[in-house]
Amino acid sequence: MEYDEIRRHGEDTYPHECCGVMLGLMEDDRRIVKATVRCGNTRDDRPQDRFHIDPKDLVRIQRQGREQGYDIVGFYHSHPDCPAQWSKTDLEEAHWIGCSYVITRVDKRVAQDTNSFSLEGTLEEDKHFEDEGIRVETAVAR
Amino acid sequence: MKVLIPTPLRQYADKKDAVDVSATTVGEALSQLTQQHPDLKKHLYTDGGQLRAFVNVYLNDEDIRYLEKDKTPVSPTDTLSIVPSIAGGRRN
Repeated sequence: MEYDEIRRHGEDTYPHECCGVMLGLMEDDRRIVKATVRCGNTRDDRPQDRFHIDPKDLVRIQRQGREQGYDIVGFYHSHPDCPAQWSKTDLEEAHWIGCSYVITRVDKRVAQDTNSFSLEGTLEEDKHFEDEGIRVETAVAR
Repeated sequence: MKVLIPTPLRQYADKKDAVDVSATTVGEALSQLTQQHPDLKKHLYTDGGQLRAFVNVYLNDEDIRYLEKDKTPVSPTDTLSIVPSIAGGRRN
């Protein structure tokens, strides 16, 4: 399940920040995540408190998503030993207005809170994060 | 050629995920894109007419910054992808 996978990724990369892309569908004002894609963190100068996804990966993932009928609906990353709340850096470096930003706190390699924030606004100058809920749905085997 | 529009910018391109343009260079392609959809311009460019620093433009799999930027030649079967940057990090 994608929610568990996001959290597991943060545990796997601890004490470094993990990062990845969420693919899915936009439905009214909801983002429905259908798949997640782990990405490498190019910030090998300070991976314990910074992440950056290579745009080349975004191009590839966007293309793969299109083939599956999915859009990029958001991104996730982890905060090792730090609250699952967006930071000033997270906001400064967020540019996908209308998408979800999911953050997981990971303490000593164990995932704690996972929160999601919607990047709202119309331009860089008025962008801001708003809290949004996460609903986890389990597929039912028939 | 096709210009792929990222999710956050589709509302300014009549909700399209891709726009067809006819051009011989990257600069012409982007110019045609903003002519067809003028609201895109302020999201892609600064007031001074430069691509915003966080806007990455890829010709197929290559960043145009490492090609010939606006002067990079394009062909009808090429794809231009616009991908805003994604980065961040926890509080110190």
